[in-house]
Amino acid sequence: MPLLEVRDLSMRFGGLVALEDVDLAIESGQIKGLIGPNGAGKTTFFNCVTGVFRPARGAIELAGKSLVGRKPHQVTKLGIARTFQNIRLFANMTALENVQVGLDVRHRTSVVGAIVRPPRTRAEETEATVRGHELLARVGIEKLAGHVAKNLSYGDQRRVEIARALATRPKLLCLDEPAAGMNPAEKSSLMSLIRSIRDDGVTILLIEHDMKVVMGICEVVMVIDFGRTIAEGPPEQVQRDPRVIEAYLGAGAADAAGG
Amino acid sequence: MKLVASLAVLALAGISILFQRRYGARVTAYYDRNHRWAFPLSFVGFFTAAALLPVWLDVAQEELAVSVGVFALLSLGLNVVVGFAGLLDLGYVAFWAIGAYTMAILGGTGPLHFAHLSMWQIMPIALMVALLAGVLLGGPTLRLRGDYLAIVTLGFGEIIRILAENLESVTRGAKGITNIPSGEIPNGNPLVNVIVHAATHVENFWIRLYNAIAPGTPHPTRPVPGQDVIVFGVNPVPYYLLLLFVIVTMVLVIRRLNDSRVGRAWAAIREDEFAAEAMGVPTLKYKLWAFAIGASTAGLSGVVYAARVQFVNPESFGFIISITILAAVVLGGLGSIAGALAGGAVVTLIPEVLRSLPQRFQDARYGIFGGILILMMIFRPQGLIPSRRRAAELKGGAAETKGPLDGGLPADLATGAGDATA
Repeated sequence: MPLLEVRDLSMRFGGLVALEDVDLAIESGQIKGLIGPNGAGKTTFFNCVTGVFRPARGAIELAGKSLVGRKPHQVTKLGIARTFQNIRLFANMTALENVQVGLDVRHRTSVVGAIVRPPRTRAEETEATVRGHELLARVGIEKLAGHVAKNLSYGDQRRVEIARALATRPKLLCLDEPAAGMNPAEKSSLMSLIRSIRDDGVTILLIEHDMKVVMGICEVVMVIDFGRTIAEGPPEQVQRDPRVIEAYLGAGAADAAGG
Repeated sequence: MKLVASLAVLALAGISILFQRRYGARVTAYYDRNHRWAFPLSFVGFFTAAALLPVWLDVAQEELAVSVGVFALLSLGLNVVVGFAGLLDLGYVAFWAIGAYTMAILGGTGPLHFAHLSMWQIMPIALMVALLAGVLLGGPTLRLRGDYLAIVTLGFGEIIRILAENLESVTRGAKGITNIPSGEIPNGNPLVNVIVHAATHVENFWIRLYNAIAPGTPHPTRPVPGQDVIVFGVNPVPYYLLLLFVIVTMVLVIRRLNDSRVGRAWAAIREDEFAAEAMGVPTLKYKLWAFAIGASTAGLSGVVYAARVQFVNPESFGFIISITILAAVVLGGLGSIAGALAGGAVVTLIPEVLRSLPQRFQDARYGIFGGILILMMIFRPQGLIPSRRRAAELKGGAAETKGPLDGGLPADLATGAGDATA
């Protein structure tokens, strides 16, 4: 059984069809790429899966549990974490605090508990500090734990965002254009970070524009255009697919490139 | 004798300055807000000083101290809503009114005579009533954001005031409710006896202490001979001490909340509600809690206020109060507990201090007050005692030059954590 299974997903905004009958399945332990031209519906797809939008039609199941109609925080608790296309950190909190917000998903302290501070709450607070530092070390920026998020460099902010997502202990990590705006060196270290996260047992769904990144780490790639799936398969195969070339470069390009 | 006491305080200050010269680095460490002793020392020091304050005050100043306490408690509560969770509440006065009217009605002095409870019994009830009101208002409205929430809360504040004006069978309308029972300790059941007994000991200690410092000071709580109650009555000092006690309790409660996952959730909501929800924060739940805690704090303040002035009418709960409290919170420093207390004190004290201006300026008193507020916001936008987070926000990149705000593990956790403690 796939970890995430999406069937016949459709989403409309007024008359605009953003997604039409999209199917997607990710096996546990995979790195799957979701690509497509601008406006193809990739981020809308993410937003449907993570509970931000309620799809017009279709089924979304994580390990057999339906996600349709759940709120984003419930989806996160069930095991899907995400990062954002335009980084959305808690700008005036420190890197450590950002990660701790993610860790709190697995904590059980209530408001009363926070006031009374029984041993369990203390243990959770200690865990939040220790694990928070570990996670920042995991993404390679432990030294920056005490820095306010907005003062960090762009690449480091991406790393905090990934650490914050990992803190929720996800089964599936959805990365929305993580390499955007990075230089080649940052990109290659990001790629090895994503691979090592997968090796830790986290399944990864990746939206990315940068073909080098996609081809470099994805095992399977799905291409959507105008809200519909147009191709799916291993990266090399998808790259040669005439429909994909047409979607990116326009009609006629496929013939010219195909050869 | 008061002179002696004042000299003693001055001497103490002098000694501490000398002490600091000698052990400078070590003492200044206590002023660093990251130091583990910073909070306990300033907390105990400030509230001990506040408890002794009536020794130096005359009755009019003690009255003012009660007002300061009422407003400090209000801005302490509003700071949770506006400062921590970032929800703009323009109708906060409603919860204060609910507390005050709960005291008036359950005290048995309103048109309804179904209960004759004492202030002590009403305090927890009013806390719950205000909390429920907060949840009832918050449930439907906290789905709104920013400006929309502000407008709805503004409406709620007015609704409560207009209800009080028109629901004559319950509130006696614009005439208001008079003769609200002052705080008193009934001498009935054994539990109360134990409490009174303990309170008497504490009280005797205070009376002795007060008289040691300044003989002839009015007693804080004076048991009336031959009566089975201790009447708070006309002396403002017991109300002041009661407010101080409530403030101390709420400061500890709110501080603990802020230093836990609850505070992190509030901060995350304030920073980016959408991202907070996506990171697993049940945003509606935590916004409701912020509302409920703010509301119940205002409810407590309302009870003590009503018991003190023994009179409530709708006019006391106008929109201007909501704005004044909001000004206090912003002035003190959004998201800062000490700032909220300072702000509450400042907005109460400035108009009073301005009374000492020459007669011809008296009409312009509130105009001058407004001018002072504007100047303070221009020259100190982060507030009197800013929270670390807010200071970082306004300083932009400058926070880095002062080093990490919250860097490193506590020493006992740092083993093997590399250079995290740098």
